This record gives sequence, structure tokens and C-alpha cells, in this order.
Amino acid sequence: MAILSKKDANLILDPLADNNPITIQVLGICSALAITAELKASLVMAVSVIFVMGVGNVVISLLRNVIPSKIRIIAQLIVVATLVIVVDQVLKAFAYELSKTLSVFVGLIITNCIIMGRFEAFALGNGVWRSFLDGIGNALGYGVILVIIGFFRELLGSGTLFGIPVLGDPIAKTGLYSIGYENNGFMIIPPAALIVVGIIIWVQRSRNRALIEEA
Amino acid sequence: MGLKENLHQTKLKFQGKKMAPAFNAIHTFLYSPNETTHSGGHVRAVDDLKRTMNTVILALVPCLLFGIFNAGYQHYSAVNGFPADFSIMEHFITWDNFWLGAITVLPLVIVSYGVGLAIEFVFAVIKGHEVEEGYLVTGMLVPLIVPVDTPLWMLAIAVAFGVVIGKEVFGGTGMNILNPALTIRAFLFFAYPTWMSGDKVWVHEGVERAGTADAISGETILGYLAQNKGAEFSYSLSDMFFGFIPGSVGETSAFLILLGGLFLIFTKIASWRIMVSAVAGALAMGLIFNGVVAAEWIPEYSKFYGLMEFEFWKHLIVGGLAFGIVYMATDPVTGSQTNKGKWIYGFLIGFISVMIRVFNPGYPEGVFLAILLMNVFAPTIDHYVVRGNVRKRMKRLKNATILPKPSEGQAEELKVETA
Repeated sequence: MAILSKKDANLILDPLADNNPITIQVLGICSALAITAELKASLVMAVSVIFVMGVGNVVISLLRNVIPSKIRIIAQLIVVATLVIVVDQVLKAFAYELSKTLSVFVGLIITNCIIMGRFEAFALGNGVWRSFLDGIGNALGYGVILVIIGFFRELLGSGTLFGIPVLGDPIAKTGLYSIGYENNGFMIIPPAALIVVGIIIWVQRSRNRALIEEA
Repeated sequence: MGLKENLHQTKLKFQGKKMAPAFNAIHTFLYSPNETTHSGGHVRAVDDLKRTMNTVILALVPCLLFGIFNAGYQHYSAVNGFPADFSIMEHFITWDNFWLGAITVLPLVIVSYGVGLAIEFVFAVIKGHEVEEGYLVTGMLVPLIVPVDTPLWMLAIAVAFGVVIGKEVFGGTGMNILNPALTIRAFLFFAYPTWMSGDKVWVHEGVERAGTADAISGETILGYLAQNKGAEFSYSLSDMFFGFIPGSVGETSAFLILLGGLFLIFTKIASWRIMVSAVAGALAMGLIFNGVVAAEWIPEYSKFYGLMEFEFWKHLIVGGLAFGIVYMATDPVTGSQTNKGKWIYGFLIGFISVMIRVFNPGYPEGVFLAILLMNVFAPTIDHYVVRGNVRKRMKRLKNATILPKPSEGQAEELKVETA
């Protein structure tokens, strides 16, 4: 990390671990539940959010001295909405099948608490470069959790990864299925994501006890 | 040196070490410990947690035995045809039935206890507290509320899930929000629906034989009704009451469950308020549905007709409703604690169970969902009962502040009013 000073590097590294938007700040849970049944969707969502947050934080940071504080929420919404539409159009152009399953949730990036949270908490008070790093860092932290959840839910729920069967064929009974293994239908339904998030939170906090909130 | 002394010596050797809770548990499970308290006042009573748990297990044993025989009986009847003149001694309590039932049901019991207790021991050692007795009842309930042919590895995963996510993360026995046995049941139901519902799973070998010439079917009564095929099953009322019907292992015999329930009420282990109000709730919802049918508000081709037409009191003797009410709704940890709360809690369990049964053909048995739902609401109910009580007393206090002179005769009136 020679390019970045230690302070700047922390902007990216902190959200990945000890200040993770999902497991520590408990933001952006809705999309973590909704789209993580498949790894592919999780990954696309993660990349989309990285784009929206990186660019959005830069734009807000550039405009931070121009936006009147009374209408700043609306201004932020317009910036997010614009970026989300860009993402949506790109998906429709280059990954149409995926965009059909994701389109509702891509639209919902607008309401992703992490984005508005970082605009409010960071981009409005910091320079462009630092805001960019903060945006990327938080989106990465969000994306990492999303991919972890997606990995377990797709592997256990459908026996596939990125749509490729890895445990054998459930109908022809090959691989693991030949010895009686079956897919866990519970992992397909959204509540399972809550439980996976809960387990991630549990593991993270028992590894680093400083993170445990006081009751 | 007897076994007790041996255990005591081993326990002393491990005292203060990491594995101590495990040895303590084995010792206290078999004997009462040697240690006595020497100072201070303390309560002497025999009804500790272990005794409570054992009483419930005792009440479950008849259901388990019946389940073993029934597993065999249902299998042989499905294969060879139901006996024409059914006699209990000749067709039900036979070695064949017992043997088949034992080799299908006992593995469920062993896996349930093995996995569950192993997890309890591991958590006790990690957290450094004593092994808790909480799993003893859960471990017995679990095999009784699953179909006979549930694959053992599925059961093992579900038990691990239920004990860890349903109980240990909340802090172990006594701290859990949801009934662990029902958490396990719910996990199985949502994870492996093909093994937990339908017309194949309730009879041993039903799934294996499906699609072959020897196919056997063991649709449950609720299953028939949900498909509007109420006329097709041949079970008589006494079959339903005594439990000679297909279903999960231990839930079929309303008679034995009734006996178990009376035993639990008599020993004051389970709350009669919850049982009575849950029965009332189920009957109330059943009556409403019967009324809807009687008033001809729904047509006969409606998919709810079969279950709505089912006489209201029969809901109590089919499916898992009776079992759920007696053994699971009354769980003292997850249920309501206040007496008034218990009435509300129980009533809603019965009410919602029958509602789910009728309105959601996807879940032919709603009792586990109803109890889990009310488990979540139990603290809220208690909160409002306590608040209501506080408010009532505050009001009484406010009205009673100005005491008239005794000579005016109003003091007596006030006493009567506030009593």
C-alpha cells in the first residue's frame, strides 16, 4: 500500500473487517436478503453498488460546498438515481437475462441505506479522493458479505455455483446425490440469508471481542 | 468402589480443568452429587430442572411406544391391506410391528439425543458452564414429530441447527425465544419439504416404493381433506382418537396424549390454562369454519371446503394439534409467564393452528407454525398483561388516596370497591 497513506488505506480496509457496513453497522440488510440466493446475482449487485458508491461519493464530494443543506437529501437522491439508471441500462444492454431477475433490486439500490449513509456521514465533509476511497471501501465491505452469503446459499440451496452444478446432478443422482444428499430448500428462501448474516456476525465477533456491543 | 464413587473421583480429578462440565454432567445425570452446601439458608426441594424434564419424558414414553407399534402397523397394513376385523392384541401389539417400528424409530431417537447432547457438551466446555438439562425433553420430542422415514443425516443437521441457532446463540436453556424442538421441525419442513409432507412419507418405505408396482400410500387425514377427498379415507372415529392413523411418529394417538396431558397437569409440570385455552381456541376457529359451511358462504368446489366442513371437534384428534398443545405450547420457557397471558397465548395457538390448517393447503399441519409465532409474541403478551395490572393498581391507589373519616361510613364502601 505504498500508493496510499496509512490513513487512506484504512478507508478501504476498515469497512472490509472491523467496520463492515452489514455486519457491524447493520445497513443494507434488505438487499442482502433479497438477491443472495444466487452467487451470480450477488456478485453483480456487489459490482453495481461499488460503481454507484464510488462515483456517487465523488460527485457528492465535488458538490458538497454547493448543495444547500436544507435540500441535500433530494440532491443526494438525484445523484444515486442517475447512477442507478446507468447501471440498470448497462445491465439491460449486456446481461439482459440477469437484468430481468435483478432489475427490481437494482432499482432498490437507491434506497440502500449504506449509500445515503456514506453520503451523509463522509462525502459531505471530505475531499474527493478520500470520499472515493471511502465509497469503494464500504461498497467492497458490503460486496464481500453479499458474495459470502450468496456462496453458501447457492451451494447448499441449489448445489450449484454461478449456475454450474458442483455437487452432482440431483435428478440423475450423481455425485453427492447418489448417497442420498439433498438440496436444502431452506437456503433458497430469504430468511436463510438472515441466519447466514447472523452466523457471520457471530463468527466475526467471537474472533474480535472488542466488536461486541454493550448490552 | 462403586460407580458413584468412581464418577466422583474422576470429577474431582478434572475440577477446574476445561473438561470439568462434561464430567460433572455425567455424574449429576446418574446420581445426586456428593457436595452439600454448608452455610447460609437454602431451599430444599426435589423438583429441580432435572426432575421436571424427566416428568415430561415420562409423559412422552407412551407416545413413543405407541409410535413404534404404529410405525409397524401402518407399514404392514399399507402393504398387506388393513385387517378387516381389527383387534388390538392381534393386529397392533405384535412382535412384527414392534420390531419394524423399533428399527425405524429408535435410530431417530438415538440421532436426536446423540447430536443434540454432543452440541450441548461442546458448548458447555467452550463457555465453561455446567451442561444444561434443556435438551433432554427436546431430544425426546424431536423423533416424535417427524415422519418415520426421515433420513438420519437430515435429522442430524436439523438438530444441530435447532440447538445452535434456536437455543445456544440466545444463551442456552431458559434463554431461548423459540421452542427448539419446533425450530428443528420447521427447519426440516422448509429445508426438505419432500420428506416432510405429501402422501408418501408417513409410512415406512413409502418413498422407496413410490413409482414401482409395490407403491404404497399413507395419506394423512388432513392430507385427504386438503384435497377435498374427505370421503376417501376409511378411518373411523375411534381410529382417529386412539391413533391407528398415519402421521408423524408420536402424534397420532390423541388418547395417549390426553393421558400424558392429564399426567402433566396432575404433577403441575405443565400449565392447564394453556392447554384448556388452546383447545378452546381450536374449537372456536373450527366452529367458525363449520358456520361458514352451514351458512353456504363457500361453494363445494372451493379448495377449502373439505377442511372447513370437517367437524370442529375432530380437529383435536387428527394431526399434531393435540401433541403440540400438550407438550410444546406448554413449554415454560417459550410460553407466556403470566396467568392471564397464558389464556391469550393458548387461545391464539389453537385458533391460528386451525386457521393455517384450513387456509394453507401447502402446510397441512399448522400447529408448529402457530406455536412458533406465539412463542415470538409471548413476551409482548406478558408485557401488556403486567402493564395492565400496574395501571389497574395505580388507579386503585389514586382512588384510595383520600380516605373519608370512618364515621361517614364511606370507608367501608371504598374497601368493598377496591377489594
